[in-house]
Amino acid sequence: MTRKHWAVGLTLLGLLAGPTAQAGDMPEYELVIRNQQFVPSTLKAPANTKFKVRVTNEDRTPAEFESSDFNREKIVTPGNTVTVFIGPLDKGQYRFFDDFHQDTARGVLIVE
Amino acid sequence: MLGVALLVFREVLEAALIVTVVAAATRGVARRGTFVGGGIALGVIGAIVVAVFAGAIGEAVGGSGQELFNASVLLAAVVMIGWHVTWMSSHGKEMVRHMQQVTDEVKAGSSSVAMLLAVVALAVLREGSEIVLFLYGMAASGAGQVDLLTGVPLGLAGGVAVGFALYFGLLRIPIRHFFTATNWMLVLLAAGLSSTAARFLIQANWLPALGNQLWDTSWLLSNRSLVGQAMHVLVGYEAHPAGMQLVFWMVTAAVLFIGMRLMTRHTTARGGGRARPRQAASPEGSRAGRAT
Repeated sequence: MTRKHWAVGLTLLGLLAGPTAQAGDMPEYELVIRNQQFVPSTLKAPANTKFKVRVTNEDRTPAEFESSDFNREKIVTPGNTVTVFIGPLDKGQYRFFDDFHQDTARGVLIVE
Repeated sequence: MLGVALLVFREVLEAALIVTVVAAATRGVARRGTFVGGGIALGVIGAIVVAVFAGAIGEAVGGSGQELFNASVLLAAVVMIGWHVTWMSSHGKEMVRHMQQVTDEVKAGSSSVAMLLAVVALAVLREGSEIVLFLYGMAASGAGQVDLLTGVPLGLAGGVAVGFALYFGLLRIPIRHFFTATNWMLVLLAAGLSSTAARFLIQANWLPALGNQLWDTSWLLSNRSLVGQAMHVLVGYEAHPAGMQLVFWMVTAAVLFIGMRLMTRHTTARGGGRARPRQAASPEGSRAGRAT
């Protein structure tokens, strides 16, 4: 364990202590997972703005709110609500889905 | 059944690729099988524990517990890989020389190998907990037992098979380049894990995105495709990365690269010193003097 070893380790650890951004007053949207579907299945959000989506899982099974279009994934356990910060995004349509129920739980985020 | 198999396959694939690179990088190390097997076993146990406490983890730290947990696990793996590659840079040549016989030097490296065991465990834990949650949900919603009993083994076997294919592919690399190659793979792997950690910290609003989508190459290679997913694990490929992810990727790759270089030079210098007659002993003497 030389000093260089430690230097590498500490530098990497230092990455953990990055600056924290304030949540502030950003737009907030609600999504519900019910009967393995998103309600509503279409969400509208403003372009070039960071916003948050609160996802509530009303089902009795775990879900994973996921999108490869806007690069997010978060597990939502039964009966729980999670917050996911998204954007700022360009105008366009972004698909999202429940990774555990991809056949039924699909939705679109429209950024305009 | 296909849905079950596919989800299990995707998660297993991610863990299997990491385990494969680690297994290749520890080639020739004593009791490697025990280390890797132990890492997988620990990871499976950890996955079940994490899945059971998924709700509590998610609610922790103001609802950002899940992101912080994931980022911590990923960054811990990055640190451990960093440790190993810098250590390897000073011992890799000896490992190649003594491929057949296990030397004390290689045995001494077991602390570094233990780090890689932890990397295996963490990889299995992270992907495994998703499988556990998914299967729990399937079982709870009354999915057919046939679906689960055929889908799970199928997905598992598929993921493991890809891992083995990569492993035997790597074995074809000539031995004198072998550890250089696996070290580079570990560096890229670590850079990718670091970038994913950044994504979780952005998602939790702990880090600014620095540009949410720097570019979009999803038309060329989507992260949803299997190749895209494999590249995501192996080199950190993102179809549309955030600026902060790129920063994490580059800083990690640069730090590990410099660490490897420094250790290599350190070793070379030490070897050279031994071969040539000693020069003035004053630096050593003054250092010893300062230490007291």
